[in-house]
Amino acid sequence: MRGRQQFSIHFLQYLDPEGNLDLPLPEWTSDEPLLLSIYENMVLARLLDQKAVALQRTGQMGTYPSILGQEAISVCTGLAMAKNDVLVPYYRDAPAQMIRGMSAAELFMYWGGDERGGNLNTTSRDLPICVPIATQLTQAAGVATALKIKGEDSVVVTSCGDGATSKGDFMEALNLAGVWDLPIVFVINNNRWAISVPLAQQTRAPTLAQKAIAAGIEGIQVDGNDPIAVYEVISQAIERAREHKTPTLIEALSYRLSDHTTADDASRYRDADELKAHWQEEPIHRFQQFLHQQGLWDREQEKALQSHCQQTLDQAVEQYLAAEEEPATAIIDYLHAFLPYSLEGQRSAIQHKDAPVNTEGESR
Amino acid sequence: MNMSFSTSHSPNTDCAAEPHESPSPEIGGEIQADDKECVLVEAINMALHYEMARDDSVVVLGEDVATNGGVFRATLDLKQTFGAARVLDTPLAESLIGGLSIGMATQGLKPVAEIQFMGFMFAALEQLTCHAARMRNRTRGRLACPLVVRIPCGGGIHAPEHHSESTEALLAHTPGLRVVIPSSPIRAYGLLLAAIRDPDPVIFLEPKRIYRAQAQRVCNDGQALPLDTCFTLREGEDITLVSWGALISECTQVADQMLEQGIAVELIDVATVSPLDIATILQSVAKTGRCVIAHEAPKTGGIGGEIAAQLAEHALLDLKAPVLRVAGYDTIMPYAKKEALYLPSAAQISSAIQQVLSFA
Repeated sequence: MRGRQQFSIHFLQYLDPEGNLDLPLPEWTSDEPLLLSIYENMVLARLLDQKAVALQRTGQMGTYPSILGQEAISVCTGLAMAKNDVLVPYYRDAPAQMIRGMSAAELFMYWGGDERGGNLNTTSRDLPICVPIATQLTQAAGVATALKIKGEDSVVVTSCGDGATSKGDFMEALNLAGVWDLPIVFVINNNRWAISVPLAQQTRAPTLAQKAIAAGIEGIQVDGNDPIAVYEVISQAIERAREHKTPTLIEALSYRLSDHTTADDASRYRDADELKAHWQEEPIHRFQQFLHQQGLWDREQEKALQSHCQQTLDQAVEQYLAAEEEPATAIIDYLHAFLPYSLEGQRSAIQHKDAPVNTEGESR
Repeated sequence: MNMSFSTSHSPNTDCAAEPHESPSPEIGGEIQADDKECVLVEAINMALHYEMARDDSVVVLGEDVATNGGVFRATLDLKQTFGAARVLDTPLAESLIGGLSIGMATQGLKPVAEIQFMGFMFAALEQLTCHAARMRNRTRGRLACPLVVRIPCGGGIHAPEHHSESTEALLAHTPGLRVVIPSSPIRAYGLLLAAIRDPDPVIFLEPKRIYRAQAQRVCNDGQALPLDTCFTLREGEDITLVSWGALISECTQVADQMLEQGIAVELIDVATVSPLDIATILQSVAKTGRCVIAHEAPKTGGIGGEIAAQLAEHALLDLKAPVLRVAGYDTIMPYAKKEALYLPSAAQISSAIQQVLSFA
């Protein structure tokens, strides 16, 4: 037998866990405001996460999926995209959504059980998150198809977790992106755990990036806790999608330092030593060290940033808690563009749901 | 699957009973209206041609729909006319077709997807129920899903396993989805136009048993029919017969036979099974006091049960007799050899009517 084709998967890392450089820096890193923006957004993401968990723990918000330790992936996704691109996110992508216009108050609203949290801002064409796993990926392919048909030079960035790669939707979307040359970037946040199931029980494949090979598209693995590598890989993939209409699959290696959600207790299934080891690789400390070494960041700046973020988040919490209730009929008013007449009776019944039965009239 | 089916073709006899108004003033423009004698599947094709010419945002996608024109030829010549960018052969993946359509619809296109057979729609159901039906609601109107999913439904053409189901109730039970089933070429044309123009997701079920059963003169004028109104095909005072889809043929036959015996059947084609136009049915039953509901789908949990329940809620005092249902059995759709055993027959409908009428 002879080999027909040979494949390899490249791995990219610039910063080691201590923030030391492995490779010469890419050119864009001379853009200091961008480097600082990556850092500031990661810190905001970390504090936002803490705030959301605190709201849940104090009974002021519902179940929430933390992104602790995976901030670099989502922040770099948000920053690498152009305004007119379309984000089709999964539920650990709040930082990217916020960079693109979602407010923290909206995030709290969504996880606080209020549909208005999916409105983002009225002009955005980004899709809301998908809760059923991997379903966003084929939708993202549809968005990319629409952009292509309309002749736009915008691209789609979509994301998922490692668990999602076990679903057919993942492969269906990847496959189509290849067949139709779609302007799309798939970002896998490989945080190694799908609730209680570790990656080794999702796949025998040594990398997730190699799943791109089966679809005939570009696949690359990146250290997802190294913001420079993540930004580099995502921005290059976006560039390729924009210029050449070619898709890319990016596997960003990270680690879920939190429970799956606030409703989960990872200590039931995950070794404490493993968790401890991965804390040594988290992105914020690493990037802070790097910026410090570059002479771009000091204690005073850190202090000011922390206090600015806290202020922003406190305001968001205030806004969230003070939000006026929607009218009761909102639960049916957005079902269709125009309410079918057959639902008018139910709409009016919603308004006086627990009122005593009117035996005189008809109840429908 | 890549196979084609055809069923026998018999000339139309009830054209006059079709509700079909003159063209609406806002539609037309460069498109020339012309009449054409056509069967149901050709009427669908004609509506697709009309709407793709009228509206650039309409895109057709699915398995075998482009080069092959669809396994039933519903999308014939669309690719030749409108180009490969707007008529797309997808890879063989129904869930993908669902997700793709949603993504396109959120960005201003109007995708008309085909799922080749109803038995294959289940892989797409997650997308349709969890996302298409909810997009407007979960974005508070920021994004919408103006998509159509066309699915050939029902039995009667001796097709293989998984090709003959009638699961409209399952779809109708999903708030946010409209479910439409035409029963004639004229209604297929007008309802498909309405489905494409509707700003929300519509599942358009095509009874393939009557794809080529009856030809009608269809006026290709771009006139849509209403999406939440039953069609009263025969007026009568003695009993209301409610049905939809392919079974309307048997119901029409029964109504005609009954009339010869001096029994005036009011025949209602529900056509838009969700949202359900119960008012038209209630109005009819207020007049007749009697009702039989006929559908091909299994009896339990079918839409017939919903209609009967609403009659019990709102028209109990109008009823002179129990409401009877003639439906498919609560069993798995038999394979081709025994499918006739399963499908409701004209004789069953007749005898249900006699039974209801015999109630003093």
